[in-house]
Amino acid sequence: MTLIGWIQIALFCAVVLALVKPLGLYMTRVFTGERTILSPVLRPVERGLYRLAGIDEGQEQHWLAYAGAMVVFHVAGFLVLYGILRLQAVLPLNPADQAAVAPDLAFNTSTSFVTNTNWQSYGGESTLSYLSQMLGLTHQNFLSAASGMAAAVALVRGFSRASTRTLGSFWVDMTRAALYVLLPLCMVLTLFYVWQGMPQTLGAYVDATTLEGGKQTIALGPVASQVAIKMLGTNGGGFFNANAAHPFENPTALANFVQMVTIFAIGAAFTNVFGRMVGDERQGWAILAAMAVLFLAGVVVTYWAEAAGTPLLHALGLQGGNLEGKEVRFGIVASALFAVITTAASCGAVNAMHDSFTALGGMIPLVNMQLGEIIVGGVGAGLYGMLIFVVVAIFVAGLMVGRTPEYLGKKIEAKEVKMAMLGILCLPLMMLGFTALAAVLPAGLAGPANAGPHGFSEILYAYTSAAANNGSAFAGLSANTLFYNTTLAVAMLVGRFFVKIPALAIAGSLAAKKTVPASAGTFPTHGGLFVGLLVGVIVIIGGLTFFPALALGPIVEHLAGLAGQTFATGG
Amino acid sequence: MLTHLRPTLVLTTALTVVTGLAYPLAMTGLAGTLFPAKAAGSLVERDGVVVGSALIGQSFTGERYFHGRPSATTAPDPADATKTVAAPYNAANSGGSNLGPTSQALRDRVADDLARLKSENPAAPVPMDLVTTSGSGLDPDISPEAALFQAPRIARTRGLPEDRVRDLVAAQTQDRLLGILGEPRVNVLALNLALDAGQVRTGR
Repeated sequence: MTLIGWIQIALFCAVVLALVKPLGLYMTRVFTGERTILSPVLRPVERGLYRLAGIDEGQEQHWLAYAGAMVVFHVAGFLVLYGILRLQAVLPLNPADQAAVAPDLAFNTSTSFVTNTNWQSYGGESTLSYLSQMLGLTHQNFLSAASGMAAAVALVRGFSRASTRTLGSFWVDMTRAALYVLLPLCMVLTLFYVWQGMPQTLGAYVDATTLEGGKQTIALGPVASQVAIKMLGTNGGGFFNANAAHPFENPTALANFVQMVTIFAIGAAFTNVFGRMVGDERQGWAILAAMAVLFLAGVVVTYWAEAAGTPLLHALGLQGGNLEGKEVRFGIVASALFAVITTAASCGAVNAMHDSFTALGGMIPLVNMQLGEIIVGGVGAGLYGMLIFVVVAIFVAGLMVGRTPEYLGKKIEAKEVKMAMLGILCLPLMMLGFTALAAVLPAGLAGPANAGPHGFSEILYAYTSAAANNGSAFAGLSANTLFYNTTLAVAMLVGRFFVKIPALAIAGSLAAKKTVPASAGTFPTHGGLFVGLLVGVIVIIGGLTFFPALALGPIVEHLAGLAGQTFATGG
Repeated sequence: MLTHLRPTLVLTTALTVVTGLAYPLAMTGLAGTLFPAKAAGSLVERDGVVVGSALIGQSFTGERYFHGRPSATTAPDPADATKTVAAPYNAANSGGSNLGPTSQALRDRVADDLARLKSENPAAPVPMDLVTTSGSGLDPDISPEAALFQAPRIARTRGLPEDRVRDLVAAQTQDRLLGILGEPRVNVLALNLALDAGQVRTGR
């Protein structure tokens, strides 16, 4: 660990923090329908869309209608994407002559982009046409992110409103998220990324003659426009197989820094949107503080573990940190930091191969996802995931003092707690249930590339990543099989919608309640005590649920590594 | 649910066109006008022939060139399409080794490379990046230490004074951005091109 390394980490935190207020203010204005700086350009477009779609802006929806609209919208998005992937061979913009995507892979990929997971069973440059990348993946990157943001706004309205049956309009929230927030930022980012060296072309792959006379086919494409949204929308699906480790997806240290910032920007600013909409910005800062505590703890462990390196390489006489699977231009610190960010948010882009991280360095990304990606989290998804934990934390606090729990003047009662528990419990069910299944079935055991505990970690990481809608991988796992494509897709669907829909149910139930004025007995939810309680509840729930599985994977591997043990694949 | 049908159809179609076609195509046009060389992949030409991309590493095995890091990329086996064969620096199929920290295969690979490198330059410690594969398999850079480690071999095979080779490495070394972001590094393709160009001048 070096001073320069810590300065890079501190600089990252400072830039994200500096963006929270201005971006939070802008997004609040967008979602409350106030005039913004972009309104003169975008307002006519927005109004035209509503007229065409027969949407009445003023007509708000009950939580069930809100959730219903969201589900129908995603089914349509799924069908469009699935159709494009299956038909890419006969559609235009296919200079590398990619064949149609196989049915199970198309099902997996469509599910993964609709759920904002962006798991890569495919290798972009060897599987997908330019049209599939743009019309298929780029557009779902926008819409799945916009839908996540809409759900978060609806949940915030549940807290900020009283005695009403409606939460706003899904159509309006989703359209505004895409048009006012994601699209303009992505246009600026795309040009910045191209300036840094990212390609943005429809030209065919180039054949180069190397200095030694060999032939090198260089895959190209409209990369920058997709990378901009894949980071900002915390999607994470790479244009290329190696994702953000590929020099074309991440050419410089500066491009890498900006990508890291944009992964966190919207999620962090959402805590401010929350604070502003409930009328007390301190509530938002308290949530962000709890996220920051968990984030920094993860960064310290991963940076330390990667900088310390592996006993395996040190035993051969090498010195220094673990560089296997990492790029020279990023080095240890920017790779470790990126890994923690991408799994704290539900991004899943990787600038280094997590599979080759040290045992403990690779465990932190796993833990981040198992906690439900509430540390800043996916755009929107992070906030509603965190608020679900807030409901539980408040409930626990209420039990301790024997008083009906309240949060922001709303009584938290049986229905909210049940819904919160549903949202929390579906994740371990998918992550651990499928891992257990894959660890005994031959079709599952055929997947891992590494032997021993690391092979188990590969399986655990895959289902964790899918259910948490992250999409990063211990990529040695051969996941492009019928078994993995199907079970991972199920985990993604359950992990997305069995959290999002309970969150909307909580919103609907809270919006209908009266607001209770604060009294001397009210537990203040903007101070250190609340932050500590929230962090404690998250760590206890996550720890109790996942420690046994972690002990079988990364922890035992760490101990085996210290003892000098290695594992060879059989046969 | 029927009430959702018209908004779904219209918004799906309209937003697909806007975000999936209009946005990437407009960006392609704009980027191609503002930064034509970069948008096309930062291709490097020598004597009118494309020799690679400034951002993409390529395979160097000859004694007369600086070598990049080991690469774990693969290509489909010409004999059997269901299998893959090693194809270092395959820029049409990026990827890492994905070998974990207790992998015997990783240990064996590194031990082999170490033995070879130590015989080439017994005087200096082997830098970590020269025996580890990158995440993309296309890393264009090596650390300055990794370049200097190879300086004696380059000097020998090209008949140059070692000091000149070391000066060349120093001249090609890029530092951290503003002294903070990233790591010091040397672009292997640029270094080798400079080497070839310098060779031409001394030959005159």
